[in-house]
Amino acid sequence: MGKMHVKMTVNGRAVEALAEPRTLLIHFLRENLDLTGPHIGCDTSHCGACTVDLDGRSVKSCTVFVAQANGADVVTIEGLAAPDGTLHALQEAFRQNHGLQCGFCTPGMITRAWRLLQDNPNPTEEEVRYGISGNLCRCTGYQNIVKAVLAAAAELNAVKEAAE
Amino acid sequence: MIPAPFEYHRPTSVADALSICGRYGDEARVVAGGHSLIPMMKLRMAQPAHLVDLRDIAALKGIREDVGIDGGSIVIGAMTTQAEVIASPVLGRLCPILRETALQIADPQIRNCGTLGGNVANGDPGNDMPAVMQALDAVYIAEGPDGRIELPARTFYEAAFFTTLPEGAIVTAIRIPTPRAGHGSAYVKQKRKIGDYATAAAAVILSFEGGRCAHAAIALTNVADTPLHAEEAAAALVGTALDAAAVDRAVAAAEAITRPASDGRGPAIFRTRVAGQMVRRAIAAAAERARR
Repeated sequence: MGKMHVKMTVNGRAVEALAEPRTLLIHFLRENLDLTGPHIGCDTSHCGACTVDLDGRSVKSCTVFVAQANGADVVTIEGLAAPDGTLHALQEAFRQNHGLQCGFCTPGMITRAWRLLQDNPNPTEEEVRYGISGNLCRCTGYQNIVKAVLAAAAELNAVKEAAE
Repeated sequence: MIPAPFEYHRPTSVADALSICGRYGDEARVVAGGHSLIPMMKLRMAQPAHLVDLRDIAALKGIREDVGIDGGSIVIGAMTTQAEVIASPVLGRLCPILRETALQIADPQIRNCGTLGGNVANGDPGNDMPAVMQALDAVYIAEGPDGRIELPARTFYEAAFFTTLPEGAIVTAIRIPTPRAGHGSAYVKQKRKIGDYATAAAAVILSFEGGRCAHAAIALTNVADTPLHAEEAAAALVGTALDAAAVDRAVAAAEAITRPASDGRGPAIFRTRVAGQMVRRAIAAAAERARR
């Protein structure tokens, strides 16, 4: 099949492009839209480095055709910081808690943690570990990743409480 | 790798989907959650010229309880995702083994996409839901060129990736006889790491009357090229108080029907013994949860 017309919202911006239906969403984001935050780590749908948020759910964008994402609302790591560049609480927590070493898994890890905290703002450590089980890290042994997610949860809850 | 090119179709009705599949025959494949098919397409082990995406067909979604004279049933649309199975209050109340199993399938991202229909219809011996469906005596409802058909889970699986689903037909829903009130169930799965396919897994459903096991069903995952309905193992429990000898007989009967591959998950004899242990643990867990 030749190219099809795809439309979607990515990090709040409307996007239109021509792409072959077989184009994987990860390739569309990285190569058509220059959003190189999500990474390709495995080719077997295991590692989760490609994780994005699609219509309010964490998905592995390496296992989704751009055709399937037509009309969808997509958030990548590039969409988490505030417009003025202020880091999201998760990004700040990963920085402060040494939640990364090489950084390759980090965009997918944070994008996943972002949705995890939307769905469950006050997770236990066990819920965090289970909740990020689709994201593999070869460097850290996960300890500081879990610490960072819990720290971000605490920070976000404190901000919410202060506002109430 | 990058998948081979295909023409993409997104029908909005089962009739449209069947019409497209009929037109293109074996050049067409349906895609549900895509997390079995797309990895295969990326390896170019599958190269359908026409991909029929089922995601916009409303008739394939939904979970409902049908209260009937014979105890009632639960009907689950084939495009229900594993995440939706986990979140369903109806399933949690009436058939908790489904939630327990779904929580052990893959990971959160995959559960957001992977569907119950895909998991039962694909014929992959590694999938977890087929054995559970056999233990539940579920029926797969399908629509094909010759109309609506019903295919019992216990006779659906012929070999790895070979099922009784006719050419050109699509599984549209899964119907489960509502498990007896007070039943106990468990799905116990041994795996190398969280999210992996089973080294061996066992589904057990049982219920008691007057302190004795009155009904039991046992099925096994990934210790053959199909799920295994362990009828003799279950029969060994019925009429007993689940004393040690009865459980030992059930475990032995379950191990006896296994014919596992030797692979990265272990040699065949290891997988058989693990299957036995999964049966033992699942019987214990189900018994604890059942109302005596």
